[in-house]
Amino acid sequence: MTQTPIIDISDVHKSFGKIEALKGVNLKIEEGEFFSLLGPSGCGKTTLLRMIAGFEEPTSGAVVIGGEPMMGIPANKRPTNMVFQSYAIFPHLSVTDNVGYGLAKKKMSRAEIAEEVNTALAMVDLDGYGDRSAHELSGGQRQRVALARALVMKPRVVLLDEPLSALDKKLREQMQIELRELQQSVGITFILVTHDQEEALIMSDRIAVLFEGEIAQVASPQTLYRHPVNERVASFIGVMNFLTAQASEGAKGGLELTIPALGSVTIDHGARPEGLAAASIDRIGVRTEMLTILFDESDRAECESEGVVVGASYYGDMTYYSVQLPETEELTTVSMRNTAGRLIVASGTNVRIGWGADSIVLFS
Amino acid sequence: MRLTRFLSKNWLLSYASLYVAFLYAPVILLPLFAFNDSTIIAFPIKGFTTKWFTVLFESTALHQAVKNSMIVGVVTAVLSTILGTCAARAMVRFGFPLKRGIVSFIMLPLVLPEIIVAVALLVLLMQLGFSLSIWTVIGGHVLICVPFSVAILSSAFQGLDRNLEEASLDLGETGFGTFRRVIFPLILPGVISSLLITFTISLDEFSIAFFLTGTEVTLPVYIWSQLRFPAKLPSVMALGTILLVLSVLLLVLGEWFRRRSAKQQGLDPASGGGFMR
Amino acid sequence: MSKVRGVFLLLGREERQGLTLISPPLLYALIMLAAPLAMVVTFSFWSQNYLDLDTTITLKNYKEAWERPIYRVLILRSLNISIMVTLVTVLLAFPMAYFLSFRVKKNKALWLFLITIPFWTSYLLRVFLWKVILGYNGVLNSALMWLGIIDEPMTFILYNLNAVVITLAHAWAPFAILPIFVSLERIDRSLLEAAEDLGDGPFRRFFRVTLPLAMPGVIASTLIVMIPTVGDFITPKLVGGTDGLMISNMIQIQFGKANNAPLGAALAITSMIIVGSVSLVIFMAGRWFRGRAQ
Repeated sequence: MTQTPIIDISDVHKSFGKIEALKGVNLKIEEGEFFSLLGPSGCGKTTLLRMIAGFEEPTSGAVVIGGEPMMGIPANKRPTNMVFQSYAIFPHLSVTDNVGYGLAKKKMSRAEIAEEVNTALAMVDLDGYGDRSAHELSGGQRQRVALARALVMKPRVVLLDEPLSALDKKLREQMQIELRELQQSVGITFILVTHDQEEALIMSDRIAVLFEGEIAQVASPQTLYRHPVNERVASFIGVMNFLTAQASEGAKGGLELTIPALGSVTIDHGARPEGLAAASIDRIGVRTEMLTILFDESDRAECESEGVVVGASYYGDMTYYSVQLPETEELTTVSMRNTAGRLIVASGTNVRIGWGADSIVLFS
Repeated sequence: MRLTRFLSKNWLLSYASLYVAFLYAPVILLPLFAFNDSTIIAFPIKGFTTKWFTVLFESTALHQAVKNSMIVGVVTAVLSTILGTCAARAMVRFGFPLKRGIVSFIMLPLVLPEIIVAVALLVLLMQLGFSLSIWTVIGGHVLICVPFSVAILSSAFQGLDRNLEEASLDLGETGFGTFRRVIFPLILPGVISSLLITFTISLDEFSIAFFLTGTEVTLPVYIWSQLRFPAKLPSVMALGTILLVLSVLLLVLGEWFRRRSAKQQGLDPASGGGFMR
Repeated sequence: MSKVRGVFLLLGREERQGLTLISPPLLYALIMLAAPLAMVVTFSFWSQNYLDLDTTITLKNYKEAWERPIYRVLILRSLNISIMVTLVTVLLAFPMAYFLSFRVKKNKALWLFLITIPFWTSYLLRVFLWKVILGYNGVLNSALMWLGIIDEPMTFILYNLNAVVITLAHAWAPFAILPIFVSLERIDRSLLEAAEDLGDGPFRRFFRVTLPLAMPGVIASTLIVMIPTVGDFITPKLVGGTDGLMISNMIQIQFGKANNAPLGAALAITSMIIVGSVSLVIFMAGRWFRGRAQ
């Protein structure tokens, strides 16, 4: 992948008075990616997005879009278009006039504009809504109009600022899939800002996780989930159990891990993060689905431990058990799918826990 | 008596009714005696006539005063609305040094007694050697109307979502284009409301006009000159009735526009007393 | 000028835009308000002999304003009248505002609107109408005599202080009602429910909860009525008689027939200072009262 990234952010700092919103951010986004900026409120992700859009200028550092430096170039001259969190649909204009708003500046005939608008509306499943006025639309419909309005401009990058946060759960889940499919069919780079890690995981090709103005990790959803670079990222994405552990150098560059709660295991060199010294390890992580309750006597796993079930939360398709493992004060969460014939384990039951070398997450 | 019992229990309601009657008392008199067939403004009522209105139509001095008031009113309305729009937008959208002081100063005419304003302007004009005319009256009126315009329009600007401006820029529109296509249409009801209210204020304004008028008098100053002649009183009543009806109509229109603007932006139209802050 | 430009360019983009936008109304206010007011102050230190203006700085106008009994009497009387009018107006307005806020459930805005309708007539006409109402042969007297309630017309209701008070209490009514109403509306009703729950009867509730919380509105109302009243010359002239003449009438005369603008200016400034001080006292009192209530 040696082509120029569509967005190149180098060493960007942004301060608002005394508050440092972004502290030295470096990021490269490839063309055609669905890229998400993920983080808790106040982490700077929206500031970064607005900087790409042109509504904020960096205090220092450079933003380069499509190879062109964007310093001093105002928002209305950049090859980006934004979908705002509040949608910002012009209340005094019809849907058609909203979607065609930006086209009025381009030298196109009225017929051409009308055609583009209709194509865009069809793309977002709003055929025939052209004559409606803005206040007749539901939240979900307004969101689609905002999207169509951005897409009709054929920008190089579409920026989305928490576009789904105002929708109810079912609609949001539906839109997540639709947006993803839309992006893939159009092929334009999408940059999404969200605080919902599930949303980022579902929709993105790559995700940048931000905490307090700094990028913690940039990776694909799978890498982010299975190999979070530190504990903070690990607990932000999904649910992670943390257990104390000690390590010593093993054969062939591997590690010998001793986890009081679970047992001992050898980690291969290949699964070991670069530069991680054995002596520096004091905690490891285990995802809830990487631990199994071994129901039958005959069930075997690579490694085994024991524990007592203290509580169970039933979610229909899954059950989340709180298990008391040996040598550990906190409870460990184990998730089990409720497959056919599988019973829910009652509180107080002694269980055997199965796990393996693959279950362990090491932090750099 | 049942009535007295009712009144003492609901004393607040009785008080309120009496108070409202007190408020409306003088005003009811206007149409009452405008149509009264008598030159004396007193009871008993003599009979119905429209001759006082006819007298009005025949008076050239009155026509001239009306014309002058119209000119002053329209120019005042336009100028104060333009200045008020600038100030309101600056206040709501931007932060700049000395903002609070500057804004308080622009709004100051609201709390100054009109005579002070009139006298001060008179002094300045005397010193600069300007003669008094319709334009000096307009100058004074704009000064006291701008705060009202600012109040109305800042309410309109506050209802404007900042994202709408950003969306317009994001879609490639210039700053001026954004004003023309997005901002102005959305504040238009506020603009109209401001025009109507400042016009009405100018129409009724007496103190400043009295001090700053030249030979071409405005309507209130004309009325003042008529008040010493008892024979003219009924026609003054007639004139007052017309002015009252006109003012109420303008006021209703202004309120209607304000509500429309609120609805268009998705706010509750019943909230707020409109222009009174 | 270039220094100003330099400073201007140092500011951020937003601040520059803001200043540019506010400059037309600001300039207008500076020219039409600041400059004239400055001129009035300057004038008050000059003197005028018929039509000749003597620009040597002198304090004689202020001396005259303070020492000549007629001016002192007028100033004090104006202050008195203002305070009286304010007291009466605000006291009458408060129950109305209370009624609107607490008793009217629907369409409060409509009620407010209805209350303001009478005031969209020319102020001049309204004052004149009160003269018509309160006169010896006026509406009130003729109506009461016609109804047989009195035998002779009342004379104490016109051409004196009473008339001024009645007329101005009417004229300032909506300006007095509105701030009180706004303050009352802001009171969290659950506070009153809590007070009731803790055993307070309606009167105690009013004095312990409602009134203190409405104080900002009452203060605003007081100031809104008092300050312009001092400057009013129409009402005193039309209905005040000789007892009701106020300082503004004198100021008007100095600028008009008496051809002594500097003296008029000094009188204007003196009354402004006095009114300003009284307003400040009232404002601070309101603050203190509110502080106690909290």
